[in-house]
Amino acid sequence: MPPTPHWIEPHPTGIYVRPADAWIDPAQPRDRALVTHGHADHARGGHGHVWATRETLAIMGLRYGTADGTPLAYDETFKLGDVAIRYVPAGHVLGSAQIVLEHAGERVVVTGDYKRRSDPTCPAFVPVPCDIFVTEATFGLPVFRHPDTDEEIDRLVGALHAHPDRCVLVGAYALGKAQRIICTLRARGHHDPIYIHGALEKMCALYEDFGVALGELRPAAGVAAKDMRGHVIVAPPSALNDRWSRRLPDPITAMASGWMRVRQRARQRNVELPLIISDHADWDELTATIREVAPSETWVTHGREEALVHWCAMRQMRARALAMVGREDEDDA
Amino acid sequence: MRDFAQLLDGLVYTPSRNGKLTLIADYMRRTPDPDRGWALAALTGGLDLKTVKASAISDMIRQRVDPVLYEMSRDYVGDLAETVSLLWVKPDDEPDYQNTASRAGDDATVRLDAVVQQLSAGSRADAPARLAAILDHLDTSGRFAVLKLATGGLRVGISSRLAKTALAQAFNVPVDDIEESWHALAPPYAPLFDWLEGRSPRPDPAGVPFFRPFMLAHPLEDATVDLADYAAEWKWDGIRVQIVGTGGQTRLFSRAGDDITASFPDVAEAFDGHAVLDGELLVKGETQGADVHGGAAASFNALQQRLGRKTVSAKMLGDYPAFVRLYDILYDGEEDLRALPWHMRRARLEAYMPSLNSNRFDLSAVIEADDFAALEDIRAGARDAAIEGIMLKRRDSPYVAGRRTGLWYKWKRDPLTADCVMMYAQRGHGKRSSYYSDYTFGCWNEDGELLPVGKAYSGFTDEELKWLDRFVRGHTVNRFGPVREVEKTLVLEVAFDSIHESKRHKSGLAMRFPRIARIRRDKPAEEADQIATLRSMIA
Repeated sequence: MPPTPHWIEPHPTGIYVRPADAWIDPAQPRDRALVTHGHADHARGGHGHVWATRETLAIMGLRYGTADGTPLAYDETFKLGDVAIRYVPAGHVLGSAQIVLEHAGERVVVTGDYKRRSDPTCPAFVPVPCDIFVTEATFGLPVFRHPDTDEEIDRLVGALHAHPDRCVLVGAYALGKAQRIICTLRARGHHDPIYIHGALEKMCALYEDFGVALGELRPAAGVAAKDMRGHVIVAPPSALNDRWSRRLPDPITAMASGWMRVRQRARQRNVELPLIISDHADWDELTATIREVAPSETWVTHGREEALVHWCAMRQMRARALAMVGREDEDDA
Repeated sequence: MRDFAQLLDGLVYTPSRNGKLTLIADYMRRTPDPDRGWALAALTGGLDLKTVKASAISDMIRQRVDPVLYEMSRDYVGDLAETVSLLWVKPDDEPDYQNTASRAGDDATVRLDAVVQQLSAGSRADAPARLAAILDHLDTSGRFAVLKLATGGLRVGISSRLAKTALAQAFNVPVDDIEESWHALAPPYAPLFDWLEGRSPRPDPAGVPFFRPFMLAHPLEDATVDLADYAAEWKWDGIRVQIVGTGGQTRLFSRAGDDITASFPDVAEAFDGHAVLDGELLVKGETQGADVHGGAAASFNALQQRLGRKTVSAKMLGDYPAFVRLYDILYDGEEDLRALPWHMRRARLEAYMPSLNSNRFDLSAVIEADDFAALEDIRAGARDAAIEGIMLKRRDSPYVAGRRTGLWYKWKRDPLTADCVMMYAQRGHGKRSSYYSDYTFGCWNEDGELLPVGKAYSGFTDEELKWLDRFVRGHTVNRFGPVREVEKTLVLEVAFDSIHESKRHKSGLAMRFPRIARIRRDKPAEEADQIATLRSMIA
C-alpha cells in the first residue's frame, strides 16, 4: 500500500496541492484556486485566479462579479507546476467537475459534490480510477437511498392535478436543483408555465444561455393569487415558510431534497409534499463509486463521514475523514 | 396496507387540523371492513397487539445490516421504526442505485387485516419472524406503518377525539353519538360501521360514561378585564380532569379525552354520583397555604409520580393521594347545564358539593378582589407551589367546547429566571430528531463546580435552534451514546414556573416547566447563577 503522498495536503479550509501551489475549493481567499462547482461552500469570492469550467466561472461571475479566471472545458488537460490537471464531469449541477490531478506517477481525484443519477441539466459523472479518491458523504448513511427521480416528479404533478384550486410551491436550491426540477417536469410532460421566485431568475437565464431549455418561466412577483392556481411555483427553500409565500393561493408546500427521506426533517420545514430528489450521491451511489474507482485510499471531505469510513474499513479499504469546515449541504442552509 | 401507510404519511405531513380530518374521513369512507376498523383502533389507541419489543426489532435489523451502520443511522434518524423502515433490505437484495426496481417495494399483497391477524396470532417468540416476513412485502412507508403498529403507538399527532371527530364528519353524525356508543364497541367496530352506513341501529352504550370536550382559556397577555364581568379563580398546577358518572359507573378523562380512570382509582372509587364535573387533579400536600387558598395541594412534582401509570401500587396511593379541585359542572344527572351562564353553573356546583366525598373533592375558591389592581397584588403574592396563576371567567359565559375569545382567560404568574450554563445536549425526538435540541444545564455550587439543575427543549426560535445545534456540534468535548458533553462556556437564561427539591438532579433541585428564555452569548459562564440563589427561589 503506498503511503499518503506528501504533495497533496488536506487542511480544514481546503486541499492544498503543493507542487501546483494551488488550493482546491478553499474556504478563504487564495491566490490560486481550483474550484469544482459554483455552490457557495465550494466557490468563494475573492480569489486571485480561479481555474474552473466555463459554466462554473459564469456562475461565480453572477454571484461575485467577474474575477480573474481560466475557463476550462471538460477533459482538457493543463499543467500547474508539474501537476497535470483535468476537470471531469461530476454530474452535480451545471459546470460541476471532479478535479483529476496527476503528479509523480500518482493520480488523485477530488470529486467536490457529485451524484450518479441522470440529470438533464449537466453531463453525467465519469468514474476515474485513481490512487486517492477524495469524496463527499453528504448522504453517507444507509438510510439515504434516493428513489427514482421521475416517480418523485410524477407525485408532484399528481398533487397539482388533485388540487386544481391550490398551487404547488416547490422549495429547491437556486443553483442546480431548481433547474433540474423544471427540466424534469418538462420531460414528464408538464408544459404549463412555471412561476419562479425572483432569486431564481438570473440563474435560470444563465442555464438557458448554456443551452438548458427550461420552457416557459414567469416571474411570480406581481401575479394575482388566482392566476397561480393549478400551477407550479419554484422558490428557494428559505422562501417556503416566509412572508413571500403568504400571498400564494393555498400552496401545497413541497421541498426537493435528499433530506426529505427522513420524515421528521420534512416536518421541521412544515413540508406537506416531501420530494426526495438530491444532487448528491446516496449511500448506494457512494459505495458503488468507491468500488468502481478502486482507490488505494479514500478521503471523505464532509457529510456523514464516520459511516463511510467504517464501510471502507469493513472491506479492508483505507479511508480517513478530513473534517473540512464550512461545508454544508445547500438544501440544509 | 398501502392505503393505511399513505394515511399515516398524510397525517404526518398535513399541518392543519381540518386537513387531517379530511384525510381520516376520506379513508374511513373508502376503505373496506375490517381494515378501516383496525385503522380506527390504531388511531384511537385501541389496538392491542402482542407488541414486538424495540430490542427484538433492533436484533432483527442487525442481522440484515452492519450493526455499526445501524447504530449511526438510528442516532441520526432518532426514531427506531423510521430507521428500520429506511434501512430494511430483503436478505438476498444487494441494493444497487442503477436498478431501483430491485429495492423492496410494496407488492400490494398485504392487507391491514392480515397484518393485525399475523401480529396477534402465534407465540411471542416468533413474532419478530412474522414481522420480518410482512416487511419484505412492503415499501418504506408500509414498513414504517407496520413497525409502528408492532411496537405500539403511532405517534402521528392524532388524539382519539380527533379520529372520532373525523369519523363523525365522514358519515355526517354528531361526534357525541360516537363518543356515547364508543364503550359498547371493540375493534374492528363492525356494528359501528353498520350503524354509520345505515344498516343497523346505533350500538347501545347502556349507561356508559363518555367524554365531553373541555372549555379552554386564552392567555390574558397584557389585557385587563373588569371584575364586574369576570370572576377570578386560582389556576391550579395539576392536570385538567373531567369526572363522568352515570350512577353506576365513573370514568376520568384527561384534557385530550383519554380515559385515565385506571391511573386514579382513589378518585374514581370515591365518586358514585350521576354528573359531569370539571376540575383540576392534584396530589395532597401539607405545607401550602391551605387557609388562604382552600385546601392543601402539593406541587406538580408530586403529581407527576402518579401520571401515565396503567396500574397504581398501594404505596403510590398512600404516598401521593390524589383529589380533584372542582370548578365547573356540565351535567347534573341527565340535565345538561352547559348553556347556563357561569354564575348559575357555579351555584349548581356549590349545591352539588355536599353530596361528594370531601376527602377526594373540594371546591376551587373564587378570589374576592375589589378591582383588577387589587387582583394583580393577590396574584403577585401567591406563592403556593400548586398555584400557576389566576383564571378569569366571564360571569355570563356558557360552557362551550374549545377556546372562545373573551370568555375564559388564564393569567399565569410571571416566570422565575436563572442564568445557567449548558452542560450536555441530546438530539430531539419527533420534529427535531436531527437537531441537538434538548439541553441539560447547570449552576455553580460553593466549590465552584457546575451541577445540573434542569433540562429544557423549548423556548427558542427555529433560528436559535440552528445556532444552538451548531454550537453543540462545534463545542463537543465528550460523547456518551447519543449525549454530547459540551464546553461549559454558553450561558442560557432559563425561565421556569417554579422550583422544587428533587432527587433527580445532583443539585437537589428540579424546575417546573423550564424553557430557554434567551441565549446569553454576552455573559461569561463563571457569572452564571449559584445553586444557592436557585434554592432561595423554592416556594
